[in-house]
Amino acid sequence: MEVKNANAAMLSNYEVFRLLTDLKEQKKDSGKSKHSAGQQNLNTIMYETLKYLSKTPSSRQRPEMVQAFLSTMRDHKLTKAEKLQLLNHRPQTAVEMQLMVEESEERFSEEQIEELIQTISQLLPGDPEQEVPANAGAEMA
Amino acid sequence: MFVLVEMVDTVRIPPWSFQRQLNEAVSEELNKKLANKVVYNVGLCICLYDITKLEDSYIFPGDGASHTKVHFRYVVFHPFLDEILVGKIKYCSQEGVHVTMGFFDDILIPPESLQQPTKFDEAEQVWLWEYETDEGAHDLYMDQGEEIRFRVSDELFLDTSPTGPKIDETPPAQPGQSAAAAAAAPAQDTNEKKFAPYTLIGTISEPGLGLLSWWNN
Repeated sequence: MEVKNANAAMLSNYEVFRLLTDLKEQKKDSGKSKHSAGQQNLNTIMYETLKYLSKTPSSRQRPEMVQAFLSTMRDHKLTKAEKLQLLNHRPQTAVEMQLMVEESEERFSEEQIEELIQTISQLLPGDPEQEVPANAGAEMA
Repeated sequence: MFVLVEMVDTVRIPPWSFQRQLNEAVSEELNKKLANKVVYNVGLCICLYDITKLEDSYIFPGDGASHTKVHFRYVVFHPFLDEILVGKIKYCSQEGVHVTMGFFDDILIPPESLQQPTKFDEAEQVWLWEYETDEGAHDLYMDQGEEIRFRVSDELFLDTSPTGPKIDETPPAQPGQSAAAAAAAPAQDTNEKKFAPYTLIGTISEPGLGLLSWWNN
């Protein structure tokens, strides 16, 4: 076996999540679980990875959201790795932004960081559990 | 977190699978070979992304199976340096905090990379952060099962391919002693530790890193 390119492309968590869910659907449709001894490794890794990814905000994204997010981010000067981390983690505080964007204090002002956080909250879906209490509060008032 | 790796390999399809579509048979073989396995200096392989090229299949004398050279792309877990990841604390030991992500277990945060000042509680086998505020010192425990955000500071790849049998270096023993020498050699092999082929070293010594509960308002 030969590795031609160990870093051909970076994948976002959402892409891997979609790939694994589609693969799972395919396997369910085909029905038979032949060679189950050999498939065990694939089943294990698929199950664990899906379990991990379904708990992250990136599992709730859709292709249009990712596209909109990336085109908006094109104007801000962020590296590919930084944009990928913002897409995967959906930071909501300035502290988280500082972790993912290198030297954020020197490259961006506080208002710009706030603006970025607002854009991220608008374009990327968050945790439905976190948003429900806010709605309940609004209804009661 | 995940990267696409281009690889080339020769896949062997046994004759009883000849009725299947070549693409399907090849995909299954590749997943059987690579899924959930660590490739040296590449990362933990997750699943097949796609097949880019299938070359001609050959049958060699003496083996009824077909051999096909396949160019394909595989999804591999390989976080880049300084990437932020979220995991769960598996357990704490003197070596540091062991973190797991479900599909990947061998993540270690050594004591030097924990939020300082930190202390190891022997009784409860847990690391804690002695956080000082104006009101006084709080002990923040790093309990099992807690979600933790960390930065990847280093990665270690270990070649765990099998090595040949050890050559006995002791001089040929007398007939009376040879039984004892033979008994000692297998005992040595069973004491060897199993090393993880891929380990991640993390750090949480920055504002924002550590247990998620520490930073959520």
